[in-house]
Amino acid sequence: MMQDRTKNKTVKTVMTKQVEMDTKKKQLVTLTIDGLEVTVPEGTTVLEAAQKVGISIPTLCHDPELSNPGSCRLCVVEIELNGRKMRNLPPSCVTTVSGGMVVQTQTEAVRKTRKTILELLLANHPKDCLRCERTGNCRLQSYAYEYGADFPLSGSALDGVRQNYAFDDSNPFILRDMNKCILCGKCVRACGEVQGRFVLDYAHRGFVTRVVPEMDRELRDTACVYCGSCVSVCPTGAIIEKNKVGKGRAWDIRKVRTTCPYCGTGCNFDLEIARRSDSKGQMRDEVIGVASSIDAPVNGRALCVKGRFGMDFIHHRDRLTTPMIKKDGQFVEASWEEALTLAAARLQGIRAEYGGDAFGVLASAKATNEENYLLNRFARAVLGTNNIDHCARLCHSSTVAGLAASFGSGAMTNPIEDIAKTDFMLVIGSNTTESHPVLALSMLRAIRQGTPCVVIDPRKTELAALAYKHLPLKPGSDLALLNAMAHVIITERLYKEDFIKTHTEGFETLCEAVAETTPEWAESICGIEADLIRDTARRYAGAKRGSIYYTMGVTQKHTGTHNVMAIANLALLTGHIGREGTGVNPLRGQNNVQGACDMGALPNVFPGYQPVTDASVREKFARTWAVKVDALSERPGLTVGEMLQGAHEGRLKSMLIMGENPVISDPDSQHVIDALEQLDFLIVIDIYLTDTARYADVIFPACSFAEKEGTFTNTERRVQRVRRGIQPVGDSRPDWQIIGDLAAAMGQDFPYTDPASIMDEIAMTTPSYGGYSHKRLDREGPLCWPCPAEEHPGTPRLHTNGFVRGKGKFHAVPYLPPAEQPDDEYPLILSTGRRLFHYHTGTMSRRSGLEEVYPEEHLEIHPDDAGALGLKDHDWIRLSTRRGAIEIPVRTTDRIVAGMVFASFHFVEAMINKLTNAVTDPIAKIPELKVCACRIEKIDGPEGYVPPAHKRVLW
Amino acid sequence: MCNCSCTGEPALSEKDRRLVELLNKYRTVPGVLIPVLQEAQEIYGYLPAEVLQKVARELQIPLAKVYGVVTFYSQFHLKPRGRNIIRVCLGTACHVRGGDKIFAALQKELAVDDGETTTDLRFTLESVACIGACGLAPVIMINHDTHGRLTPEKLTGILAKYE
Repeated sequence: MMQDRTKNKTVKTVMTKQVEMDTKKKQLVTLTIDGLEVTVPEGTTVLEAAQKVGISIPTLCHDPELSNPGSCRLCVVEIELNGRKMRNLPPSCVTTVSGGMVVQTQTEAVRKTRKTILELLLANHPKDCLRCERTGNCRLQSYAYEYGADFPLSGSALDGVRQNYAFDDSNPFILRDMNKCILCGKCVRACGEVQGRFVLDYAHRGFVTRVVPEMDRELRDTACVYCGSCVSVCPTGAIIEKNKVGKGRAWDIRKVRTTCPYCGTGCNFDLEIARRSDSKGQMRDEVIGVASSIDAPVNGRALCVKGRFGMDFIHHRDRLTTPMIKKDGQFVEASWEEALTLAAARLQGIRAEYGGDAFGVLASAKATNEENYLLNRFARAVLGTNNIDHCARLCHSSTVAGLAASFGSGAMTNPIEDIAKTDFMLVIGSNTTESHPVLALSMLRAIRQGTPCVVIDPRKTELAALAYKHLPLKPGSDLALLNAMAHVIITERLYKEDFIKTHTEGFETLCEAVAETTPEWAESICGIEADLIRDTARRYAGAKRGSIYYTMGVTQKHTGTHNVMAIANLALLTGHIGREGTGVNPLRGQNNVQGACDMGALPNVFPGYQPVTDASVREKFARTWAVKVDALSERPGLTVGEMLQGAHEGRLKSMLIMGENPVISDPDSQHVIDALEQLDFLIVIDIYLTDTARYADVIFPACSFAEKEGTFTNTERRVQRVRRGIQPVGDSRPDWQIIGDLAAAMGQDFPYTDPASIMDEIAMTTPSYGGYSHKRLDREGPLCWPCPAEEHPGTPRLHTNGFVRGKGKFHAVPYLPPAEQPDDEYPLILSTGRRLFHYHTGTMSRRSGLEEVYPEEHLEIHPDDAGALGLKDHDWIRLSTRRGAIEIPVRTTDRIVAGMVFASFHFVEAMINKLTNAVTDPIAKIPELKVCACRIEKIDGPEGYVPPAHKRVLW
Repeated sequence: MCNCSCTGEPALSEKDRRLVELLNKYRTVPGVLIPVLQEAQEIYGYLPAEVLQKVARELQIPLAKVYGVVTFYSQFHLKPRGRNIIRVCLGTACHVRGGDKIFAALQKELAVDDGETTTDLRFTLESVACIGACGLAPVIMINHDTHGRLTPEKLTGILAKYE
């Protein structure tokens, strides 16, 4: 004890890394806080300086992620400067340090003032702490405890009036009780400054001042997107999560840090777990919700509605809890032993009769790296085929192919944090605020701070509406536009000659290829004025740190790979790559689609993109997996489309599908169903009886992300931990265990004891993952690959010292129109995409409160087209293409180009992929999901149809 | 902003046209919200929700912020106002001389509460803290006319003068 005190009294200088960096620009200032000497850069607040030496000062309105109004005055301190006391008690959160300051944070005057402030807040605060959801986690309550502040006695002079505002209970996610609001305004600032939504603000005046959504409406009638940022910053019980109500207090809840299972942004959050009884009265650990945390590396406290409120699927009653075997067309429950024995016997029989290439395996962009690695081993070493693929084929296979050919690596080149450092953003075919909502926050912030952004998209998305320029091109004309930009950059000599000479090859080829692709020519194809194309090209080329972000508007075309190469050409011309704030950045879709690709869930490569055609690679894996070299096929396998075609033609006899739902996600659904029905034997591993699982012969019940250990790799190549929060639901097993069990039943025992041991093998066989282990990730936090060795710090930016492939390569990529053009019979263009409130085929998001705010899909149509067909909002239509027809209500919007209609593919009731064109890119085999010709006829809606009330449509 | 009965599309009234003109004039001027709201209220007599929405969109100010400003200042009104505004003084002098009885009588007579407007839009009733005519207490103002030394009985006759 004595020793400790002496230590505290000795002079202690705190120099964090950040301080060191700042010192280069800023002067250092030394002051004393509670007897400790602190040195910080000038401009630091007294509060921050105190926090640096571990002195805690109470705050209610202050938040390190938000602007600082200094309004609650709880953080007051005593300050002496040059031997004189400062007047009054200055608030430490808005008082900047100066040299020689002597700060006292716990004097009697300070404590008394803080106590009075708390008592004044309590004077109007409801006295319902006993049943308040926030009890135990309420800042007001814990400060009251710390400072001995109490509710004033009833009838005493200090006792005030309690407000009697109505609750806002209008939506499934957020409960607002403004009677408990202390007007700190953090929700107002979080909504505006972090989320860029500005739904909340102060209204009225004096004692009745309160925070209200726009026009004092209920949240469900405003532009709120239910991200819940307001909940995460509220210091009291004024804004709470509805899903957690009554399920446990702070001390009942266990938290487990993990990675979100929805999109590829890779947000981290804590699963909140409470011990509760289930419907049968049995006690179990239950995920009651999630909590975001300021120390999450990608997202801080921000989450989107799916991440914060979309977790009901974990305990949903539809979860598969036992293996199922199809007998006489009906699924019956089976024991694990029975199901495994049957599956193994059938697989062995098929292998014996037809050989390994009679199998097709679909891995999963939702499963962990470890599981995908294992399935890759199972396919290649146990089944003996390279026929393994997954849904990356449908989203970014053209990126993997295109960028690998141009740069040598098919992934996002720069980290998400670089969005803040770029000075020109070109966003192509990405509806970022809906598809990658948290990543989009960085873009919105950059735009608010003045970064020019040009959005190329046939629809005026939220981002397009806020951008400096929106180029609403005709669907499928991207390549013409991109080539015209290259033409401008070359003819106006805006390219970087040094960079091209040193780092690239094939410049002449490109010059030749784009000699004729003038902006005027492009205008005639894409409908964007030539001068606007010139302006965009000049701005991109003229930027110091120009960056490109793109998604499926670019890739899901039959020229997808060429589109990607055309983007790469622009970066190579201008040298906007390999540096901070630049890069070619494909935003990956699924939570672990990057990882599934990395782990060899592709037909032509082993993990780490090591070609199956390379004998030394086959030898390495054969050795690791203890099989003969010739057991590993040297022939690249089939892609998912080719597998389905193979099944159709009877060449493929059996498939194993893990956590994928091709019946809904793949183009031309009827063709998919026919293919699956043709199979002799289909195994599905999933957490639900999906529309694909219905065609299975055996279904194995898997665990959700909340029940297993492992890693996901996000869009910026950041490998992040997934941690088990609860025991497997029912009799389900984690996918890695199911694959191991199946391998064992087929006579190959896998040596893994847990996912960590699988990761150890991954590190051994996969050069870019060489430095990872669960232990290291737990110790150091997530790291971006390539991370080749234990001591390697990871690589947030690629190509900083030259390209992975040696030299960046220009490609001549001539424009081709979409495979299907509108004609008299099918006069409109159908494009497909995503909505904020749902994810992919909806298996998870539609089993949660998200379904309540977006229960039904609609077709977006331009008012001109709607007028010509006599359609108004909510009218039903039959939407037909050459492949099929669906029925769906319409919604008119002028934010889509005339001649085009749009719907998402989340809904089985509006199965848009019945209609899409399965024609593929010849290189990447990605289908052209974004463009096909269609026709619309008005029909009568379902009897008694009422449009869903309060459905949230973003525009 | 009403809808055309033939096409169902919004038809621009004379007032709407004046609002568009107003917004075109001020669109690029920073810090212009309050003058715009004042002029918009001149045009419409009050500030309908659709007008606030339009102002917010055109000036690129969040609607929640616009609403905050409108509700902060007592000069702005979200509901239609009466043709005649009655201000009842409840200041100290009027309070002593029975201003509350005058106020109660008016509430009863017009069947409205403080700040409300009669359904025929003839009167809006408001209480104020002082109108600076304490010598005449209890006192009310109707539009720009001052009526002093009131008793509840005198009110009916006074109201009858205002259509």
